[in-house]
Amino acid sequence: MQFGFLLEQVVNGLVLGGYYLLIALGLSLIFSVGGIVNLAHGAFYALGAYISVEITKYLGFGSAVVLSPVAVALLGILFERFILRRFYDADPILSLLVTFGLAMVTEQAIRIIWGAPPISAGIPQALRGSVFLGDFLFSRYRLLILAVVAAVLVGVWLLLHKTSFGRVVRAGIQRPDMVAALGIRLQPYMTAIVMLGVGMAALGGAFFAPITIVHPAMGAEIITVAFVVVVIGGLGSFWGVVIAALLVGVVRGITIHFAPAAGEASIYVLMFLVLLVRPRGLLGERIEKFE
Amino acid sequence: MTRYSRRTLLKAGAAFAGASAIGSPAILSAQSARIKIGHLVPLTGFLGAIGSYAQLGVKMAAEEINASGGIMGKQIDLMSEDSVNPATASTKAQRMIEQDGAVLLFGEISSASSLTIMQVAERNKKVFFSTGARSDALRGKDCNRYSFHCDIPNTVMVNAVGTALNQKGMVKGKKFVTLTADYIFGHDLLKAAKSFFSANDATLIGDELIATDVTDFSPYLLKVRQAKPDVVCCNLAGNQVTNLVKQYAEFGFAYPLVGFNLNTGDAWAMGEGNLSGTWPTVWYHALDNPASKAFVEAFSKKYGKPPENHAWIEYITLKMIAQAITETRSTESDALIGYFEKQSQFDIMKGRKAYFRSWDHQLVQEAYPFTVKPKNEMKDKWDMLVLGEAVPAAGAELESIYPTKTQNPCNMKA
Repeated sequence: MQFGFLLEQVVNGLVLGGYYLLIALGLSLIFSVGGIVNLAHGAFYALGAYISVEITKYLGFGSAVVLSPVAVALLGILFERFILRRFYDADPILSLLVTFGLAMVTEQAIRIIWGAPPISAGIPQALRGSVFLGDFLFSRYRLLILAVVAAVLVGVWLLLHKTSFGRVVRAGIQRPDMVAALGIRLQPYMTAIVMLGVGMAALGGAFFAPITIVHPAMGAEIITVAFVVVVIGGLGSFWGVVIAALLVGVVRGITIHFAPAAGEASIYVLMFLVLLVRPRGLLGERIEKFE
Repeated sequence: MTRYSRRTLLKAGAAFAGASAIGSPAILSAQSARIKIGHLVPLTGFLGAIGSYAQLGVKMAAEEINASGGIMGKQIDLMSEDSVNPATASTKAQRMIEQDGAVLLFGEISSASSLTIMQVAERNKKVFFSTGARSDALRGKDCNRYSFHCDIPNTVMVNAVGTALNQKGMVKGKKFVTLTADYIFGHDLLKAAKSFFSANDATLIGDELIATDVTDFSPYLLKVRQAKPDVVCCNLAGNQVTNLVKQYAEFGFAYPLVGFNLNTGDAWAMGEGNLSGTWPTVWYHALDNPASKAFVEAFSKKYGKPPENHAWIEYITLKMIAQAITETRSTESDALIGYFEKQSQFDIMKGRKAYFRSWDHQLVQEAYPFTVKPKNEMKDKWDMLVLGEAVPAAGAELESIYPTKTQNPCNMKA
């Protein structure tokens, strides 16, 4: 019996990890390719949630979770073209400052447009309730999220490893100078990576809006966990981020099961332990330009 | 490019500091034509959402008072800031009194921050009206002569909901699991809940203390199911309540969810069809009395939405403060404390008038249990709640739902 409940927590943790993954994977990609620590990543997550709630009112939830990430990805073009592009070769502290500033500007813009109080959002009636497999309980809505995350994951992996686009991006992470010497401009690739990254964050926001409070500071709340996942996973590694996100979700769930008071601290302890043993993170690669 | 030496900078700094020291008495006397009032409320963090409603209410009250000629002909200078957390709240309170010349302070929702501001008020001998904090301890063992408490305490919320639950046969012999906010407010509420359970033959079979920044409740919900309770009871606060109710609806558990604490703003943020059960409230914009209706109309006209209970409580508090200053013709702490300790009656837009109880300084008033309106009966998205009968019942003493002198360990130093 006890084991069954524990297993439930593990599976629930995996789903939660999948949701962290949507946000962390984009953060990791943008850093790996552009060398930019995007502190504004949470802001795109929040925008994704707000835009999705708006679209749901007119076109329904199904359209909202597709259109909202697309809209945010388009904003990502502007973000890359007019802001990030100026900072690839600059002192990293500058990009940290500018993205931090953008995060604050976006949060205040949300306050101005939608107001400071949280806005209301619910799950469509059809997706409510739990699924039982014997005595095993699962939220139907979270199963849907899990399926979407899995599909996105497969898509991104194929994009990075089976297309010429992916080959250039991966080469760009390791040896941007060589890529340039071969006559390939990395800038359009960077635009695409930023679009993909902020789009995934918005997808996370769109799917979590119905089950968490939608308020202006929601981006700031998620960004810390996303960074923890990226640091544990290690830079430049696709699977590192995947494993780290799932690990963080499961460790939190199991800790809450046995020692609830330590639940929120557990992921930081995990980060500490991983960094002690592997300073580059679980599967972090040695990247010349960051050493 | 001219470069100033470190020494020059130092001299300039000293000269500036000197000038401002000489200048300050002049500034103070020039500003004494206005009455400076310090207001603190959380605008960020897990109580920030409801804090934003509070700020709307206080602004409206100040504008109305100033438009009608101020207090004794003096305009109010309202300094309203984000209290952030207990440590920052205390620092800002001290600064408002010491540097900004606030004659009194009011506001706050977090019981933890309220406690630190109460200590600043006592140290500086300035009056502080704690508007939104609900912990019993603030008016009990932690009470002090300079602090007044406007919201209903945890004991009253438990009594209001408990009475309604008892009538539905949901307490006696039932097994409860509680989810509790892990800070002074939650601990205090759990204590009140526990004494209610034991007085009414209910058993508490599980309790989870939950950190205030938690947004995902799924691991806790799985534990709730493991415990197999008859009723799940929410002792959470602010954003926690909204998140819990949304995720509770997501999992679709059969155990009824009730709660001893909820603010209308949290309910409005929950989304359609997510909230059910019985909860307490201190005030709601659908209350049917002339003062309340006039306030709701003016507020809705100004802000395009009805006032939340924190907007209401900030509004009535500033109005009570203005009335006290006008009638005592003073902003001195002793005069104001004396005025409120006379148990002067105030119309606070409810069926019965309210007063600050002289020996523990809490506003004694009606409270209401509520249930949730079916969707097809809602006039608009704000029209979510169906208020039950006011507690205490008509004819009963207002104080009958409040802790008695023997139950409430408040000893004020003179």
